[in-house]
Amino acid sequence: MEETFVAELCERVRDHAARGRALRIRGGGSKEFYGAPGGEAEVLEVGRHAGIVAYEPKELVLTVRSGTALEEVEAALAAERQMLPFEPPHFEGSGTQPRALATIGGAVASGLSGPRRPYAGAVRDFVLGTRIVNGKGEDLAFGGRVIKNVAGYDVSRLMAGALGTLGVITEVSFKVLPRPAAETTLAFELDQAAAIEQANRWAGQPLPLSATAWEDGRLRVRLSGAATAVAAAKAKMGGEEIDAMQYWQDLRDQRLPFFAGDRPLWRLSVPQTTEPFLPEHGQLVEWGGGVRWIRGHPDPLAVRSTAERAGGHATLFRGGDKSIGVFHPLKPALAKIHRRLKLAFDPAGILNPGRMYDF
Amino acid sequence: MDAVAAAPGTRERTLDALRAVRPALAIVADDEGLKPFETDAFIAHRETPMLAVMPESEEQVRAVVRACRRLGVPVVTRGAGTGISGGAIPRSDGVLLVMTRMRAIVSLDPVARTATVEPGVRNLAVSEAAAPAGLFYAPDPSSQSICSIGGNVAENSGGVHCLKYGLTTHNLLAVRTVDADGDVVETGSLALDAPGYDLMALVTGSEGNLGVVTRVCVRLLPLPERTETLLAAFASVRQAAEAVGEIIGAGIVPAALEMMDRIVIEACERSMALGFPRGAEALLLAEVDGGEEEAREALAAVRAILERCGATEVRVAADAVERERLWKSRKGAFTALATILPDFYTIDGTIPRRRLPDILERVYALAAEYGLVVGNVFHAGDGNIHPCIFYDANQPGELERGEELGGRILEACVEAGGTITGEHGVGIEKLRQMCVQFRAPELAAFHDVKGAFDPGGILNPGKAVPTLKRCAEWGGMHVHGGQMPRPDIPRF
Ligand SMILES: Cc1cc2nc3c(=O)[nH]c(=O)nc-3n(C[C@H](O)[C@H](O)[C@H](O)COP(=O)(O)OP(=O)(O)OC[C@H]3O[C@@H](n4cnc5c(N)ncnc54)[C@H](O)[C@@H]3O)c2cc1C
Repeated sequence: MEETFVAELCERVRDHAARGRALRIRGGGSKEFYGAPGGEAEVLEVGRHAGIVAYEPKELVLTVRSGTALEEVEAALAAERQMLPFEPPHFEGSGTQPRALATIGGAVASGLSGPRRPYAGAVRDFVLGTRIVNGKGEDLAFGGRVIKNVAGYDVSRLMAGALGTLGVITEVSFKVLPRPAAETTLAFELDQAAAIEQANRWAGQPLPLSATAWEDGRLRVRLSGAATAVAAAKAKMGGEEIDAMQYWQDLRDQRLPFFAGDRPLWRLSVPQTTEPFLPEHGQLVEWGGGVRWIRGHPDPLAVRSTAERAGGHATLFRGGDKSIGVFHPLKPALAKIHRRLKLAFDPAGILNPGRMYDF
Repeated sequence: MDAVAAAPGTRERTLDALRAVRPALAIVADDEGLKPFETDAFIAHRETPMLAVMPESEEQVRAVVRACRRLGVPVVTRGAGTGISGGAIPRSDGVLLVMTRMRAIVSLDPVARTATVEPGVRNLAVSEAAAPAGLFYAPDPSSQSICSIGGNVAENSGGVHCLKYGLTTHNLLAVRTVDADGDVVETGSLALDAPGYDLMALVTGSEGNLGVVTRVCVRLLPLPERTETLLAAFASVRQAAEAVGEIIGAGIVPAALEMMDRIVIEACERSMALGFPRGAEALLLAEVDGGEEEAREALAAVRAILERCGATEVRVAADAVERERLWKSRKGAFTALATILPDFYTIDGTIPRRRLPDILERVYALAAEYGLVVGNVFHAGDGNIHPCIFYDANQPGELERGEELGGRILEACVEAGGTITGEHGVGIEKLRQMCVQFRAPELAAFHDVKGAFDPGGILNPGKAVPTLKRCAEWGGMHVHGGQMPRPDIPRF
């Protein structure tokens, strides 16, 4: 049945390619808000292509069909005391829509990683292989189900964050990791500059950091690892131990009060040591200083140039006027290669056109 | 790869163009000077480059690439030349771009935990520069004292600690390249991600096909507080392989988990007299690290598992000196192996870890079938095997037999659900097995990727990805049951 799904998918993509008619790929719809709106397109549902294909806990490898619910994947891993180390955001039920299910394919295509990212790695770091249907309707398999593999170009990782513009992901293999035995959170009263500096100093020491977040004069630091390592770090770092399990989940899924309301939400990804910029109010700092969330800044150009001056980039993550471009403009040499890649994988330009850039 | 003669006059025209490069460029044009560049560490094959250049700046690299592009002359980039799949083997009709003079550590930021380096910087030099700040660069190929960061990026090199710390691709923030148009392409960024497609993922491991790496920003990690190293002897390879699975199944991610079989153990013992347990069929070298308590606990857990799995002896390094000694065997294994027979050929397949015992048995069976000696020293925790096939180059046909055996082993890896290369790359060595691992549409997609970066196909042509035509000539080789169509066409 699953193979029939892929065969039909190839057929449908070929048909659309021949007629030059765009497709909008949809897993569960939880990240529909993300990216540029794109143009007129028929919806391609991949959510029913679900199920775990192979999971061998001792291999630390999981292969799963792209339509599988993220929560199902996480439950299967949790049963073996393992996890997806990049802590993918679900973003289910955001906004006023009824609850939309996050799928694993969407998690990979969006390329979004959660609070653990700076200390464990991003989605792309844990993708071992992908099976995709490209814009020519070809069923292709890249990478594999082994931890190390350098045969051929690393097209699997390329799919992470490509927002479906290079291919419809049908299957993904991940490297997974054991769940840390212990976890706790410490809180510190610090201003933004001091919090960023402190987070970076700690990251340079052998401490089991697994997340940081600063807002409203308070830095929260999550520690995860062996019980002894967490206890030793706690003794060394001080601060106030707090129960923040819910906080980290709400941060990951943007359910904190900071994220409420319709004001535009900007995500500035900058070098972690970048000093505070723009007005401090209305900012939440994650990833040890590497991500600065900003609410409702009136001047998009100022936001973009600030991020760029720091050596980073700015994404209009939610809301706002998307006509200015959701993603940071690419330098000409990069844009040139992007266009050529898009043309190679999707010559008719039918897969999620305009979802990322103007191609 | 076929030897191709450059069109008449090309050499002179190219030389003129290179001499015009400003600032002036070191050019090697005489046979004597070109000799050291004939091969990399895939020594079975050699070729004299038409010309070699040794740029000292990105500006010069751009000028060289532009000139070659204009003249349609292939460019092969070379780092330290330690690659073992022939990726840096030159072409008689091409220019060899030797990157070793671009060897500055541009900056090292202990607070941001990053180092920005030129491609010719040696791998180990980065960790040495970072050590005073309590930091290190994690990927540590056994060749780390000589191989270059540019080569590491181009091969996506691994090391003995990548089970815990990842491959090169996991430890990069930004890679700057010069593409085939001579344009500077900045992939990744100093932030934790970059806008657009993850082109850094494509460039990493692209074997000099998608651009010339001119600058790399790597991530540095804090040195662990405590490291524990232990060595366990087993009476059978199967038991040792099973212990590997048990350790990982117990939720422990060791920093390293390496294995050696009897042939390697004996060679190491002969050349280094390390006092290994006698009569062992396999040794496992395991390392765990972390906080003081954490490392001690992990050590106890690993030790208990090793004993439960039937280790006949377990030794724990009492201090740094003893740890060095244990590692000496692993890192010096390849040199030690050269005492068995001067020539050997190292294979680099990966398999799902649970298949380790089976694949090793298959390797031994195939070795017997070919009448050749094979020793195994490898990254067991990653399921990355490195059978070393010994041959005597002076015996006619032995090299060819060794290479055929290597091909059979790689095909067995593919059959076991693995891949033909875990870290050494395809180069020219495994072109043929690429036709086994991938089908025509995937190979075509690789050529499309190449075309996006290098439409004229001037960067390291003929390496890493076989042409579809070649695969067809080799017999559309989807090999099953280990039977490779008899190769009557020369291998390269
Ligand atoms: C004794 C020994 C032990 C080894 N151990 C390991 C190991 O444990 N793990 C492992 O992964 N590998 C290992 N290797 C293989 C080898 O050292 C690595 O592949 C290494 O990364 C190659 O680096 P290099 O500078 O020598 O590159 P080279 O051999 O010069 O080149 C390798 C490839 O990279 C390309 N290249 C080089 N520099 C650049 C650049 N600046 N821009 C673009 N392309 C470039 C070349 O064209 C070629 O395709 C070992 C080799 C030896 C001889």
